[in-house]
Amino acid sequence: MMSSVEKVKILVVGDSGVGKTSLVQLICHNEPTSNPGWTIGCSVEVKLHEYKAGTPAEKTYFLELWDVGGSTSHTNSRSIFYNPVHGVILVHDQTNRKSHQNLRKWLAEVLNKDNMKLLGNGYEFDPEQFAGSQVPILVIGTKLDLAESIREKGVSRSSSIAEECGADEINLDCQQVKSLAPGSTNAVKLSRFFDKVIEKRFNSGREGNWCSDWLRMS
Amino acid sequence: MTRVLFVSTSTGPLFFAFVKNKINLQKWDKMSFLVDSCIMFFSQVLFFGGGWVFFLKQLFRDYEVHHSVVLLVFSVTFSVSCNMFELIIFEILGIMDTSSRYFHWKLGLFAILFVLIVVLPFYIAYFIIGNLRFVPRKKFIQGILTFVAWCVFMYFFWKIGDPFPITSPKHGIFSMEQCIGRVGVIGVTLMALLSGFGAVNYPYTSMFYFIRHVTDSEIQGIEKRLMQTMDMLINKKKRICLAKRESLRQASQNIGGGIWGMLKTVTSGGPSENISLLKQENSALEELSRQLFLEMVDLNNAQERIEYSKTFKGKYFNFLGYFFSIYCVWKIFISTINIIFDRVGRVDPVTRGIEIAVNYLGIQFDVKFWSQQISFLLIGIIIVTSIRGLLITLTRFFYAIASSKSSNIIVLCLAQIMGMYFVSSVLLMRMNMPLEYRSIITEVLGELQFNFYHRWFDVIFLVSALSSIGFLYIAHKQAASSID
Repeated sequence: MMSSVEKVKILVVGDSGVGKTSLVQLICHNEPTSNPGWTIGCSVEVKLHEYKAGTPAEKTYFLELWDVGGSTSHTNSRSIFYNPVHGVILVHDQTNRKSHQNLRKWLAEVLNKDNMKLLGNGYEFDPEQFAGSQVPILVIGTKLDLAESIREKGVSRSSSIAEECGADEINLDCQQVKSLAPGSTNAVKLSRFFDKVIEKRFNSGREGNWCSDWLRMS
Repeated sequence: MTRVLFVSTSTGPLFFAFVKNKINLQKWDKMSFLVDSCIMFFSQVLFFGGGWVFFLKQLFRDYEVHHSVVLLVFSVTFSVSCNMFELIIFEILGIMDTSSRYFHWKLGLFAILFVLIVVLPFYIAYFIIGNLRFVPRKKFIQGILTFVAWCVFMYFFWKIGDPFPITSPKHGIFSMEQCIGRVGVIGVTLMALLSGFGAVNYPYTSMFYFIRHVTDSEIQGIEKRLMQTMDMLINKKKRICLAKRESLRQASQNIGGGIWGMLKTVTSGGPSENISLLKQENSALEELSRQLFLEMVDLNNAQERIEYSKTFKGKYFNFLGYFFSIYCVWKIFISTINIIFDRVGRVDPVTRGIEIAVNYLGIQFDVKFWSQQISFLLIGIIIVTSIRGLLITLTRFFYAIASSKSSNIIVLCLAQIMGMYFVSSVLLMRMNMPLEYRSIITEVLGELQFNFYHRWFDVIFLVSALSSIGFLYIAHKQAASSID
């Protein structure tokens, strides 16, 4: 049974301490975590996802969420987890603006995995390079409850990385199960992102979209 | 970039002071005092800016500053500490009047003691209490708790002075000498610990003799093992996932069955047993994957060191490492001699060097002039290297242990360590200066038992160096054996 279900690999990256492990627990098991320790290396969780739920083309896929530890001292060894990658979730902490600025470095690190040893430590994110690789991206901001108490009024930020990449953005609190309740906006965006990842991975060879498949089948 | 800033902040006030000495101002006491105070104020502002920039660009590189009071307090601590070093340099070079120098010494000392004993512990307690979960959010209650915590700190701070021969009976209870004595004890302990560890660690990291030899095939072997472990982990998690879905389906099918349905779910308890066994295997596999990853990080680091050793910079530092390790061995030896024979060096290295040069080597030169220049050079180098060394160590320490919750508390603790370190380095520097320049430090700090501090430094330095040697030896052996 297991070998018949296909899989996609999604990386969850971000600075140390932003809440990636809590987020992955929430997505895969629908339960909040108590204090997780710092992730060493990479921890993987899997989730069964219904691609195109509610349509005749519904199919079950395995989502592998690879939660990569963000300590700076482990930078030289992380690259083995980046190959292959079908989707990227960038996680930042809404109470810490620097973690949002560092997302560019993270994206560059993931996309430049082949040239890692040559570049050394200076990653510069180049939007054109991203456009070429076409990996679907989702940006998630955690610690919404703490952020609201710190920033009373809405602070306009400089251009967000989500706008630059044309990616969706979700802001939530990983300790609240209802953040990803089925039918909520967040859950819809997440589901749409997963569908996009699966589509890019398995339908990239074929021309057009599922409309043509539907027409061919009927 | 910080290096440029640092050089400019240190040369700025010197430049102004030289200009003032060259221009023959009328010896009008009040006027010169005003000018001196302006010089001091200007240099304080420069140091404050230096601390500010260091905080934002280096320490708090990955964090957002929510409470600007942390930034302020850190910069103030840095600026007041550097102020004392500046006064030592002025003492040697004879810049500014003696009386205004004395006044600024006293002022600076009072300022730094106030910051170290009142301001910093108060804010550290405030942020710790703010972080605790069971404390109510009202500012008033937090303020009271902070004050109580500060009183507890003061009690223990005072108690530290009891076992040590810090002060002579003619000092009052709450005098500055008492405070300096205690701050000195803590600071000297810190200095000796850091020096001891640094003296052993620097040769170990910079010399090629200690580099582990790692081949590409070893690294590839570990990578393969790690990825295999991850694959096994993923397969097991998928099985758990599918089993859970199966049991959910079965449960939903059996809802309408009543008693028969309940019997069915009980008898088909197969999948649930598998799940708990799989979960146990998973936690073992996760632990294995963590260990493999850490081993891989070690191997990659060792390979980076090998690459670095082939560069010119690496070879240069390796060469320096040999000299430095000789110096470290000599220092450990001298500390042991000092402790065994209860000896405290009375002659500073500059005077001793000049003595040797004049008496044994027969070189004739203007002793007074050269002693001033050489002391200036020596003390300047000591000051710069100790500031730089401490800032680098603090930065590395901060990156290793800070998280977004604790960043404020940790950086304030580091500011406290920095202040105490600098105060005690002024105390210990006295021995490196010729007699004529020592007098101001003795005068300003009061009659502390300086010999005690040097002896205490030697003891802690020896303990720290020997335990670092033991620690590094064990770590080296363990690392070498884990590869095989």
